[in-house]
Amino acid sequence: MTALVFRKLGAMSRLWRLVAVLGGLLIALALPWLIYPPVAMDIVAWALFAVALDLLLGFTGLLSFGHAAFWGTAAYAAGTIAIKTGAPFPVAVAGAALVAMVLAVPIALLAVRRTGIYFAMVTLAFAQMVYYLANQWSSLTGGENGLQGIPKNLFGLDLSDPFYFYYAGLPIALIGLLIAWRVVHSPFGRVLVAIRENPARSRSLGFPVDRYKVMIFVISAGLSGLAGGLYAISHGFASLQEVYWTTSGKVVIMTVLGGIGTLWGSVIGAALIVQVEDYVATSGIHLGPLNITGPGLITGLIFVGVVLLFRRGVWGTIAHLVRSRRRGVPDVEPHLSGTPSVAEREPAVAPKS
Amino acid sequence: MTDLLQHAFNGLVNGSFYALLALGLAVIFGMLGVVNFAHGAFYMLGAFGAFILLNEAGVNFWLALVIVPVVLGLFGMGLERLLVRRLVALDPLYNFLLTFGLTLIFQDLLRMKYGSQPQPYPQPAGLRGTVDLGLFDFPAYQVFVLVFSVLVSLGAWLLLARTRVGMIIRAATERPELTRALGIDVGRWVSPVFGFGIALAALSGVLAAPMRAVSPLMGADLIILVFAVVVIGGLGSIFGSVAAGFLIGMLQALGNVYVPGLATTSVFILMAVVLLWRPAGLFGREETAV
Repeated sequence: MTALVFRKLGAMSRLWRLVAVLGGLLIALALPWLIYPPVAMDIVAWALFAVALDLLLGFTGLLSFGHAAFWGTAAYAAGTIAIKTGAPFPVAVAGAALVAMVLAVPIALLAVRRTGIYFAMVTLAFAQMVYYLANQWSSLTGGENGLQGIPKNLFGLDLSDPFYFYYAGLPIALIGLLIAWRVVHSPFGRVLVAIRENPARSRSLGFPVDRYKVMIFVISAGLSGLAGGLYAISHGFASLQEVYWTTSGKVVIMTVLGGIGTLWGSVIGAALIVQVEDYVATSGIHLGPLNITGPGLITGLIFVGVVLLFRRGVWGTIAHLVRSRRRGVPDVEPHLSGTPSVAEREPAVAPKS
Repeated sequence: MTDLLQHAFNGLVNGSFYALLALGLAVIFGMLGVVNFAHGAFYMLGAFGAFILLNEAGVNFWLALVIVPVVLGLFGMGLERLLVRRLVALDPLYNFLLTFGLTLIFQDLLRMKYGSQPQPYPQPAGLRGTVDLGLFDFPAYQVFVLVFSVLVSLGAWLLLARTRVGMIIRAATERPELTRALGIDVGRWVSPVFGFGIALAALSGVLAAPMRAVSPLMGADLIILVFAVVVIGGLGSIFGSVAAGFLIGMLQALGNVYVPGLATTSVFILMAVVLLWRPAGLFGREETAV
């Protein structure tokens, strides 16, 4: 599927690509004028987080259901660095990304020993361990109260207005997105796709599959850390919510909603989910006697709806429409590494007609 | 010494919840290849079922112990036909995400109705005191939970190992195509097996109600621990998941005696060790996938 997207991108004229990139940048720059600036910052941070997850889920076929561990740890790390040292916030965010990468190494080395859905369970379990540790280690994390009063230092500039902070934080996220783009469009990225499609063949071709998986896991964790650090600085606050399993789930649904394996789709997915949750949290949805105030119900319904009816996601659907108009290319559902795609697999249980 | 025994006993009681939940997960996984994230939510719904029956209709614990699993088991069967079945032929990723979404929905619905505050549920009459088991007095209800879960686990094992239905299910789990080729309608058993797994989760929820506070979030954290349990035990093995459940309950309790504060973390440390030493799980078979 990704290969097809690549081919399509190749066919797209350079001009169009330039227009798309400039258009995206323009939207990113105009965002705090269009919506409430703190929400704009949230969208940017979550977008980077979702793109980082897509590197694993979409391009390598590894479902990490524990990415909150890296986002949350980085949130605490960025807060701690900013509070304790008073360093400029980009330094704190970069340091936080590094901490997330260090944490990712042992988790990745253990998790790659299982594949498929087990990988999801293992990462979820380790993330829960990080959650328990964060809860216990309250001298550092503030426990239930969270880490409060994180400063936004930048060489004496006053960034307390979220509108200005957005422009200070945006470059960090853009650098993260650029790294993700570079990774996907590199020989390394092509090997990842090969691992997703056929790990056994990749191994027999001489690629150290597990080492590649660990490397991309650590890169993804680093980008998630960048996003989590930025998020904590922007809110001036890091809480247990950041390491909780619901956060891991939220970023997965962003990626799935945007379109697995489409990279930029994750940005759209993040924007949609953040907006919906913000809307539900501030005004709620009132359907007759039903008052929906919590985000869980809405997120859950989106999960169920997307998985049942909209598995290609926003970007994937657009790509599919463009593609199928041009020529009849077979369409493959995204799948995890180590599990055969539907086309080559007999269903485990025949659906009864 | 008696202190240690007491801790081991409490560990076994906690372990019986892990065992029942892991058993349900393993049965569903075996038949459908689905990892049911909503398993913890059904445990929570089981506890709430007992709570609601008692407060709205005055139905006592013993009746709830029968009614709630049956009702939720039927509900699970409906869920399988309506939603899960549509995704079974696809990557297991999708049913994992579907059941995750269902978890969020169930949790929030109950939170909207009952709030996040834990609700008390009285211990059933007749199981309120303690029983003298020689060395010291055990709380009667905890003894009942332990004995009952062991019996249910044994019953499930007998059902799978000794009956014709169990034979079909095991065959369908191992070689679905071949079983179908032998003229057995595998599809017919999918819904009942899913419902059975859900009923086990509901049953452990009802069992938990008098012991643990009933709250919308009671299942979520538990199910993640149970995932660690099944990674340790191996999801492919029914025996392995039950044994790992009891084992980890014990380990947690004893770990807490020697290294306080490590109770929750110990499970994950054991999981790390098992991943290094026997990646397929203590009782699991090697996977064919790479």
